[in-house]
Amino acid sequence: MTVLVQSAEQRKRARNVGIAYLVLAAVTLFLFTQRPGDAGFRLTSTATLTLPAQAFGYALGVILVAVAVGQLWRGFGRLSNVVLALATALFFMSFLSWAAAGESFSFVGMLQDTVTRCVPITLGAIGGILSERSGVINISIEGMLLGSACTSAIGASLWGLWVGVFVGIATGVALAAVLAVLSIRYKVDQVIVGFAINFFALGITSFISFRVLVPNPELNSLRPVQPIRLPLLSDIPFVGEVLFVQTIFVYFTYVAVAFTTWALYRTKWGLRTRASGEYPKAAGTLGVRVLRLRYQNVLLAGAVAGIGGAWWPIGTVGRFDQNITGGRGFIALAAVIFGRWHPVGAFTGALVFALAEAVRLKIGNFKTGIPSEFLIMAPYVVTLVVVAGFIGASRAPKAAGQPYDEQ
Amino acid sequence: MKSLFASLRYTLLAVVASLVVGAFIIVITDIEALGSGDFGKPFATLWTAYTSLFTGSFGSLRAISNTITGATPLMLAGLAVSLAFKAGLFNIGATGQMLAGGMTGLWVGFAFDLPGIVHVPLALLAGAIGGALFGAFPGVLKARTGAHEVITTIMLNNIAAFTVLWLLKTEAFKREGRSDAISKFVSDGARLPRLFGFLDKRIDLLAHSGFIVAVASVVLFWWILNRTTIGFELRATGLNQDAAKYAGIRTKTMVVVAMALAGAFAGLAGASEVLGLYGFASASLAGDIGFDAIAVALLGRSSPLGTAVSAILFGALQAGGRQMQVNTDVPIDLIVVLRALIVMFIAAPLLVKAIFRIRGEAHSYGQTFRGWGG
Repeated sequence: MTVLVQSAEQRKRARNVGIAYLVLAAVTLFLFTQRPGDAGFRLTSTATLTLPAQAFGYALGVILVAVAVGQLWRGFGRLSNVVLALATALFFMSFLSWAAAGESFSFVGMLQDTVTRCVPITLGAIGGILSERSGVINISIEGMLLGSACTSAIGASLWGLWVGVFVGIATGVALAAVLAVLSIRYKVDQVIVGFAINFFALGITSFISFRVLVPNPELNSLRPVQPIRLPLLSDIPFVGEVLFVQTIFVYFTYVAVAFTTWALYRTKWGLRTRASGEYPKAAGTLGVRVLRLRYQNVLLAGAVAGIGGAWWPIGTVGRFDQNITGGRGFIALAAVIFGRWHPVGAFTGALVFALAEAVRLKIGNFKTGIPSEFLIMAPYVVTLVVVAGFIGASRAPKAAGQPYDEQ
Repeated sequence: MKSLFASLRYTLLAVVASLVVGAFIIVITDIEALGSGDFGKPFATLWTAYTSLFTGSFGSLRAISNTITGATPLMLAGLAVSLAFKAGLFNIGATGQMLAGGMTGLWVGFAFDLPGIVHVPLALLAGAIGGALFGAFPGVLKARTGAHEVITTIMLNNIAAFTVLWLLKTEAFKREGRSDAISKFVSDGARLPRLFGFLDKRIDLLAHSGFIVAVASVVLFWWILNRTTIGFELRATGLNQDAAKYAGIRTKTMVVVAMALAGAFAGLAGASEVLGLYGFASASLAGDIGFDAIAVALLGRSSPLGTAVSAILFGALQAGGRQMQVNTDVPIDLIVVLRALIVMFIAAPLLVKAIFRIRGEAHSYGQTFRGWGG
């Protein structure tokens, strides 16, 4: 019975994907073929990929129609995800070549920017995953990012960059401690505490910004860190430039994603964390100290999010401004759900959002006729379409949000 | 009755506790005075700040009018969040729904020229419908694809904000002779009458009859919740979706219905701001109201009366905060901090008990939304 229901569901999804291919094909054929000229994608300092925009659009449109027919007729079986990824990538290239027709732009710079911008979203999302996998809903990512961005700017201005990062971590941990104590010890509704922390951080950082930082600008000015060229790795053409000429925040993010994935699925701690998030009673019966584990994980989440917050002043702009995070913590929350509570999945979600943002910044210079408002909106539309169209319902850790009594 | 008393006592203690923390924040951030050893000044500032909070919210007719003006959209948008909570949904999208309702209300407001008795209800209705449609969309997405409303409503808020920014520059909405994002004025007939309109010479009294709409909506919310089948099914879905499904309630439909009703309330909030307070629309018409509405609903425990009372409290804080910013160098952002602290203390009765050493049973606080699962 279940198998039948599932396959009906799968068939529906396969049909939807097929229809999506047709829509992409139509957009490509009728829109992306409308601007003449060659589009130059600068790949390295010397190499440029030149695509004739119109011809590329027509060719891709035909390919997409073929893919759609294949999808609707037979499906691609095990290859369907690969096909989906390839088709999306090609569509994206055709969009870029349409937008940049007659001009050229730094493709490598755009991707580099994407990787840079995904740092706070990814680290925030890892904070969310650490806490929710152990059973504590973490809506307060935004608050932790914002609080840490503010204090790390002050700390770094006064005592140097490293101290700034540590002050940021301490702030993240302090806010996480509020979440932990109130939701674990006092059993307050975790969503309420999370939201209260967000409000609190928004209010207090704006308050400090106006009352302390504006009259004392020396507390809010620092030289952010510079990108580091990783030896050997950064010499790989194209890829090296994108991934390995980045600031230390980006390298930390790679490590954090890899390490969290490994730790969650390959260590005793990871098994216990997941057990506490799924079925704390069973874990408790087997001797896992659920509450202590939840405390640890929530505090750790605060530390990781704290580093994410420090990225704004120390990793990029060199100062703090009111509400500088602009809701990135909520995007991180979306990335957690998007990635089904898996660090790599969340990283992918963060990359999708960051890519849409980086594209917007590049495309904004071309005269495509798209109103700028729609370009700014694009990252949100992309996230919405991906979540509603391809992700659907994702299963959360079962016990997330429920207080636990230790016997 | 006893529980009402306990609830009031905890609310009062929570407000006191947050004012104490707020006082601490005001004093320690006065770094110049503290650095020069002048300990009197921060406390003088504190005294002026807190007295202005009161005089600015209830101290005069104008203060009361300002409180009402601030409370009106908070009450309506707060209902949008409360209603969704009752159905087990977390509606972060009140901002987007307000914008949608504000724009549809605005359009009906300026596109026609009708007598007020017809025009006002029509424009408000348009606002409610606009908000309802925009609110129903994440509901449909959730029912059909399972996409979580927290994500979809956050995304839709941003999408709505930039769509409105774009719309306000189009010929259909643009005010003539202006290049920035600001709309035409609505017709006089569509303006919500001012509450204190009978006092002819007081043009500083901004409170408008959107407040009456808000209070009527609170009653409507109570009625829907407690006296209709839909309300029963909504609450059943919110309490236990599986049990509700087993009892024959179409829970997926209820998700859409709940989000549409919530959107209608938020849409009214947007329309009442446009038709009552401003008379036109700008990109900032929703401001942070949709976000503050979440605090209103949390503080009011999603109940009709609670939502109304906390909206008035928050409206008062906002009006008083503006006065405070004028009288002292304390930024109005302090009230965001105070709101957060009040919500936190209210939600943690065990903590308030521990602080004030109250003995006996804690006033329990039910859960708002059951994790990510539902």
